[in-house]
Amino acid sequence: MAQKVQSMAGVRAQPRIHAYDRVYVWELPVRNYHWINVLCLMFLIPTGYIIGNPQAVFSANEPYQQYWFGIVRFTHFASGMVFFFNFLFRIYWGFVGNRFAKWNNYILMKKAQWRKLIEVFSVDILQLKLTRPMGRGHNPLAALSYFVFFLISMFQAATGLALYASMSSWWFPKLFTWIVPLMGGDMAVRQWHHMAMWGSIIFIVFHVYIVFYHDYVEGRGTTSGMISGWEFERKEDE
Amino acid sequence: MNGRSPTIWQAMQARGYTRRDFLQFCTVAATLSGIQLSGLGKVVHAFETKSRPPVVWLHFQECTCCSESFIRSSHPIVADILLDYLSLDYTETLQAAAGHQAEKSYHDTITKYPGQYILLVEGSVPMKDDGAYCMIGGRSAEQILREAAKDAAAVIAWGSCASNGCIQSANPNPTNATPIHKIISKPVINVPGCPPIADVMTGVVAHLLVFGRAPELDSQGRPKEFYSRRVHDTCYRRPFYDAGLFVESWDDDAARQGYCLYKMGCRGPTTYNACSVTKWNGGLSYPIQSGHGCIGCSEAGFWDNGPFYQHLPAFPGFGIESTADTIGALAGAAALGGVAAHLVLTNVRKRQLINIDKKAGGVAAPEEKEGGDQ
Ligand code: SF4
Ligand code: SF4
Repeated sequence: MAQKVQSMAGVRAQPRIHAYDRVYVWELPVRNYHWINVLCLMFLIPTGYIIGNPQAVFSANEPYQQYWFGIVRFTHFASGMVFFFNFLFRIYWGFVGNRFAKWNNYILMKKAQWRKLIEVFSVDILQLKLTRPMGRGHNPLAALSYFVFFLISMFQAATGLALYASMSSWWFPKLFTWIVPLMGGDMAVRQWHHMAMWGSIIFIVFHVYIVFYHDYVEGRGTTSGMISGWEFERKEDE
Repeated sequence: MNGRSPTIWQAMQARGYTRRDFLQFCTVAATLSGIQLSGLGKVVHAFETKSRPPVVWLHFQECTCCSESFIRSSHPIVADILLDYLSLDYTETLQAAAGHQAEKSYHDTITKYPGQYILLVEGSVPMKDDGAYCMIGGRSAEQILREAAKDAAAVIAWGSCASNGCIQSANPNPTNATPIHKIISKPVINVPGCPPIADVMTGVVAHLLVFGRAPELDSQGRPKEFYSRRVHDTCYRRPFYDAGLFVESWDDDAARQGYCLYKMGCRGPTTYNACSVTKWNGGLSYPIQSGHGCIGCSEAGFWDNGPFYQHLPAFPGFGIESTADTIGALAGAAALGGVAAHLVLTNVRKRQLINIDKKAGGVAAPEEKEGGDQ
């Protein structure tokens, strides 16, 4: 389906309307996962940053009337819990969802996936080749970035729960305390948890940009696809 | 040290202590080891009948601050009893014997009382170059430790040096200083801290004496009764923390008001110790109460988590001033820069591709202009 721009240039003289297929790509649970994740991260990142660098607050109130840092921390912990269980759900959906949601999209094990990854890299990132986009769902490069983000999510959830365990009497976070001596103490866990936050910020920068890029260059509804579930594919009419 | 050694009660009587003193001692020992009042009878019975265990106290790579702390136990009778009557058969700092005499009393203890003596170790063990960095009586610390630990009834690692390496093992750890639990295969009771609180030390020994076995330990070998909570959890400045009221610099008004020291690098939230409950010097005070943040002295690797007056530790390899945030912000800016560059590249390289579609929408289907895709 990929065609060289040269051949496209030939078409330029007699442009025509393209016909598109409407393809159902993102099922509702996948979309829910995505937007719950967005919401969680919108809370988690600022609150997490504030926990690491609280602002100086000046208030005429007595200390006992104030609790803003407590609220920031509560928000972080609560959205962290939602984030974690949402993530678990997505793992489950990776086994029962449609073929675009399946786990084997994200863990590149086939030679073909790697070959395609290199191609996507040269077409979309380096832009050495000017060809039409191919395939639907995630391309292997995107999938790889999501896999890295899954790893970051897992790491953040585990280290976050391990740190949370000492302030909770719930048994669940205690399941993660073995991480602490492994990483060399609470201080180290906190440091890596903080570092990985920057990892997810960088992921968001790339992710949001590249989605807009695809929509801009290809016009296949990459952005709205995560809202409606449908993406478009140009019919092979040229 | 002939025959059966006297019980603690007998030893106390010999020193002229009264029954009342003895019961007082039992009560304090019980409290320190976390036994409730109804268990007092058990403690009294133990000290009446059990003969005092011989103790070998070894010193390796350390500064003796643990010994200094221990001899300042807040309860004089307890300190007295545990020091005088524990029968410290060998301890370099306090023993009268020297040279061959000292070596002899060490050998006597470990050969005469196998399976009975308590081994207390202060300091880490250098493992590099066959342990040449710490030799006593011509033998390396490792050799002595292995020999002494073999027949010990219990092994206690005093302080951060013996429990996690402390300053000797700080990066780059030139002598490969190693905590003792990594050397011997026996279970070790870790009592970290630089130094550990005297009352915690006596509490652990009292527990051993009363019950004849180690207190309940956490996954890092520390007695749960003293190390299961963070300094932060019971810190009296905690309400300021929750209220978000922080000291911003050492001489500001907030410091005078006694606000939380979190932003001054207080390690209380990541440090497991009893400081804010037991406090120091007989419950007088503890570092935070004196206006200085916790430096995390009972946590493994605390020397490498500096600077102490900064909330986030320095990021290794990037200079002392750079934290995870410095690196993160730089990487974030680089990502944004990369994205911007890519945006420019796209508009240059893919111009044609985008324009074709624009024309396709605009030229061939003029009647659909309003709804045409852009
Ligand atoms: S002073 Fe330290 S230990 Fe106390 S509440 Fe503040 S951060 Fe926690
Ligand atoms: S407050 Fe912190 S640094 Fe100070 S003695 Fe206690 S654990 Fe060590």
